[in-house]
Amino acid sequence: MLYRRIQEWFFRALMGLSLVIVLGSLVAMLGVLAWRGIGAISLEVLFQTPKGGYYLGGGGGIANAIVGSLYLALGGTVLATVLSLPLALALQREYASPRLARLTRLTLDVLAGTPSIVYGVLAFVIMVRIGMGASLIGGILTLTVLMLPIMTCAMAEVIALVPREMKETAYGLGATRWESTLAVVVRQSLPGLITAVLLAFGRGIGDAASVLFTAGFSDRIPTSLADPTASLPLAVFFQIGSPVKEVQERGYASALVLLVLVLLVSVVSRLIGRRFSRHVIR
Amino acid sequence: MLSRRKTDRWTGGTMRGALLLVNLVAFTIALLLLWKSWPVLSGQPIKDVLFSTNWHPTQGQFGYLAFIVGTVAVTVLAMALAVPVCLLSALCISEYIPTRLRWPVRLGIDVMAGVPSVLYGLLGIIVVVPWVHRLGAYFGRDGSGYSLLAGGIVLGLMVSPVIISVAVEVLQGVPRDAREAALSLGTTKWEVSLHVVARHAWRGLMSAVVLGFARAFGETMAVLMVVGNDAHIPTSLFDRVYPIPALIANNYGEVMSIPLYDSALLLGALLLMILVGAFNLAAHVMLARSEPGRA
Repeated sequence: MLYRRIQEWFFRALMGLSLVIVLGSLVAMLGVLAWRGIGAISLEVLFQTPKGGYYLGGGGGIANAIVGSLYLALGGTVLATVLSLPLALALQREYASPRLARLTRLTLDVLAGTPSIVYGVLAFVIMVRIGMGASLIGGILTLTVLMLPIMTCAMAEVIALVPREMKETAYGLGATRWESTLAVVVRQSLPGLITAVLLAFGRGIGDAASVLFTAGFSDRIPTSLADPTASLPLAVFFQIGSPVKEVQERGYASALVLLVLVLLVSVVSRLIGRRFSRHVIR
Repeated sequence: MLSRRKTDRWTGGTMRGALLLVNLVAFTIALLLLWKSWPVLSGQPIKDVLFSTNWHPTQGQFGYLAFIVGTVAVTVLAMALAVPVCLLSALCISEYIPTRLRWPVRLGIDVMAGVPSVLYGLLGIIVVVPWVHRLGAYFGRDGSGYSLLAGGIVLGLMVSPVIISVAVEVLQGVPRDAREAALSLGTTKWEVSLHVVARHAWRGLMSAVVLGFARAFGETMAVLMVVGNDAHIPTSLFDRVYPIPALIANNYGEVMSIPLYDSALLLGALLLMILVGAFNLAAHVMLARSEPGRA
């Protein structure tokens, strides 16, 4: 009995220690990034684009990357949502045979796991072939492909949770598949669908490897879809590598802005579940 | 009446078409990669490509061995560091901590899983690399700190929230009755956690680990920033390595001047996609089996 009691306490301590290590490192990470970032942030950094000699320590800020990232991620999210929603709905039993649904789920899982650098180079190969340079539209399309499987998987998961009886009630009233899908399924799973969209947005805005070649980098805020576009992850990556201290500082500032954006989206997406659940029947 | 049925028919047709299209697109991506990397594959025997360390793009020699070893070494090290800690943490979250605390802890872990990898890389540069540098100096190895070990630590930290998040979900799915039955027989809580809960959920736990592995394997930015990027087969933890994703990201922008170079790098992308695809497939199958209700 003594042995078992010692065993219990030993593993209890080990588990507690593990959890403290993991949570501690994660909290420490947030702390380090916030502490470094706050020291580097100012109104100039947030609201100005790079001026002359920026990369040698000259004036200016990271507004190009902030706006660029928002353009890229918003554009990608809108396109991915338009494509993902019908796909996720099509995975219902009414539309797809079980075999096609299973195959597609598998395909989507594999696509969702494919490293973003693969999408990045592939998109670049195609862009070179059709004579397109690094541009906002190139970045948006690449991000769309990156987000699509993530979003569709998350949407299909919540759609699968809609009770079968609810759909059958709609059919019993004479509704077609499409009508029951719109009036019952979409409405019932709306909070989950919005969470899925925001989840994909968070993934898209933080991804560097996919926009490295396709959106490029630029010191100016893009004014057309054909302009090369800066993004926050790349701003972090490029500026951290600089030997100049002022430039590094702005890398830390970019990191903090990116972190705050992602955390904000992530927390909002959890809260939104409640706000939009007005039409959900439980 | 007719128009309602018409609407239903064309929306149904479009949606089924979209499903077929997605599968087709995935297939096309793989095919495109194979087609673009074919010049390198056909130019030299495949064992020279996969099992040689001769990497001289200007001379048309593309031996991937050092990069493959680099990728595998960083990933395996990351998993060796992360998996025991993560599984124990997941058990702790699922079985031990008070219910009141469980929700906020899980929320925090989920939020951390969404933090961009470039930020983990940045943390690596600020904290981990100097730390590894000092550790290396202590063991009499001089180096910059940009090393296999730094990459492993950063990647391990990065995949932890992913692994824990999936693992807790799986553990929470174990029916309550199973636990109570065992407890009523006089077992300790740890015995229940290990022999009942963990055994019940082992497929799911495995798939959590595999998902983390796949994520680490294809990770580009976080690794690129801390491993030093030097194409040699590492002999110690303090050696620099050069994983495939980092190779592609560093060099793809300037490949057009060297013949076959872009083809060789796309072969790297193909290797990544096939390997990560296989891992994900395995995780998918295991998860599907662990949850009987899931199609």
